[in-house]
Amino acid sequence: MSNRSESERIVITGVGLTSPNGNGLAEFRNALLTGKSGVSPYEIRYFGKTFAGICNCNVLKWRGKREVRRGTRAGSLAVYCSGEAMEDAGLDINALDKDRVGVYIGVTEHGNVETENEIYEIKQYDYDCKYWSHHHNPRTVANNPAGEVTLQFGITGPHYTLGAACAAGNAALIQGVQQLRLGEVDLALAGGVSESIHTFGIFAAFNAQNALARHEDPTKASRPFDADRNGIVVSEGGCVYVLERLSDAKKRGAKIYGEILGYGMNSDATDFVLPNAERQAQCVRKALKSASLAPDEIDIVNTHATATVMGDALEIEALRDVFADSKKTYVNNTKSFIGHAMGAAGALELAGNLPAFQDGVVHPTINVDNLDPKCEIRNLALNTPIEVGSVRAILNNSFGMVGINAVVIVGKYDEA
Amino acid sequence: MAVEAPEIRKAIIGVLEDLVDGDELDNLKDDVPFREQLELDSMDMLDVVLGLRKLYSLPIPEADYPQLQTMNSTIEYLLPLLNKQD
Repeated sequence: MSNRSESERIVITGVGLTSPNGNGLAEFRNALLTGKSGVSPYEIRYFGKTFAGICNCNVLKWRGKREVRRGTRAGSLAVYCSGEAMEDAGLDINALDKDRVGVYIGVTEHGNVETENEIYEIKQYDYDCKYWSHHHNPRTVANNPAGEVTLQFGITGPHYTLGAACAAGNAALIQGVQQLRLGEVDLALAGGVSESIHTFGIFAAFNAQNALARHEDPTKASRPFDADRNGIVVSEGGCVYVLERLSDAKKRGAKIYGEILGYGMNSDATDFVLPNAERQAQCVRKALKSASLAPDEIDIVNTHATATVMGDALEIEALRDVFADSKKTYVNNTKSFIGHAMGAAGALELAGNLPAFQDGVVHPTINVDNLDPKCEIRNLALNTPIEVGSVRAILNNSFGMVGINAVVIVGKYDEA
Repeated sequence: MAVEAPEIRKAIIGVLEDLVDGDELDNLKDDVPFREQLELDSMDMLDVVLGLRKLYSLPIPEADYPQLQTMNSTIEYLLPLLNKQD
């Protein structure tokens, strides 16, 4: 499927994830095939009652109570997912050349949670800055979640986060691929995390924008493409991949989940919030070109759609444009199950689809009672899984505020 | 009302419980520095100081930090300050 040499072909050899509806790929996939929502009632200071996707992974599996307390929720999720990914990849963490490992973690935002917590704390002391936490700076530096991974595992190669709004998970995957191809590292831990449900500001801001989901049943609140959709369910989550050159993966006999065949990134340059269908279509075409694939060679398009009125319709407009003649391409959405995991979204949603290479099933978009005509597109997988038999290429969309788009294409890996 | 040493000890244990696992405190030796037996680093020690400050609304100047090394020395340091406050 690729004309590149084996040292330029980048494959996924490990997955570590925590999602509001499951921890680990098997549990997550099972939830997606059985219609299990991860959205539940949630309450946060100042804002009050709302919904959120909450993760229940054991953050103490890979680090102690002290590190959890000193670090951030995003850091704990990144450490958990990285540990799980390396274990899944069959890597002996201590036997790795840790100077040749890079950590690239996508975040939508970072530091809001910690700053809000600390202001709340010093409020009890009449805003006396003497009581401000000395942990503030190391917790809020933008590299924090990636840095916590290096601290935990003694990784001495490069680390940083990629601030790319809700396209961040895909942006980090792309970064991992690029750094491996450049020869900067031999192994990349790449993905995304989100701790955003712990900041009241994100709920209040989406609400002020009239873009926060409301419904009597939390499990039905996240409803992309439905005519009655009314906004986003904010979720936490994390997903980190082990990426390696195919030549290295083969050398150590690693299990290969798929190959990153191509990607595209661009900017709308039109609006702070509103997406731009033309730029999205352009980004998808960039990814197809980089993967040397035609639209009808894509089996699954996993959409970004967050259940906002405008956003969903614009993304479908972009996809209708690119996939107009592609009869075999199926379209689905993972946020309908788990809400919007922000910086983790791209990486997490891609993971939920990877098992399709083995089981040949397209997980559905749930909660569509009345399909919005503006969101109609051929082969939209609605409410129940679809068995399509062979799945060879998955295209994953992720778009973010201030006009950032990132598309990743992963192909099935066939052993030669 | 006078604040007694056992009460202060209990409060200090409460501050430490935020930092380390509870069972690490079961065999705490009151005459051995916290840092040695609980593997606390400088940032953790700052947490101890901040915890005590918040607990008692007490200014603790940096010059006094060396007096907060062990349970015994911390109680000895706090005892007159807290009773003076009363």
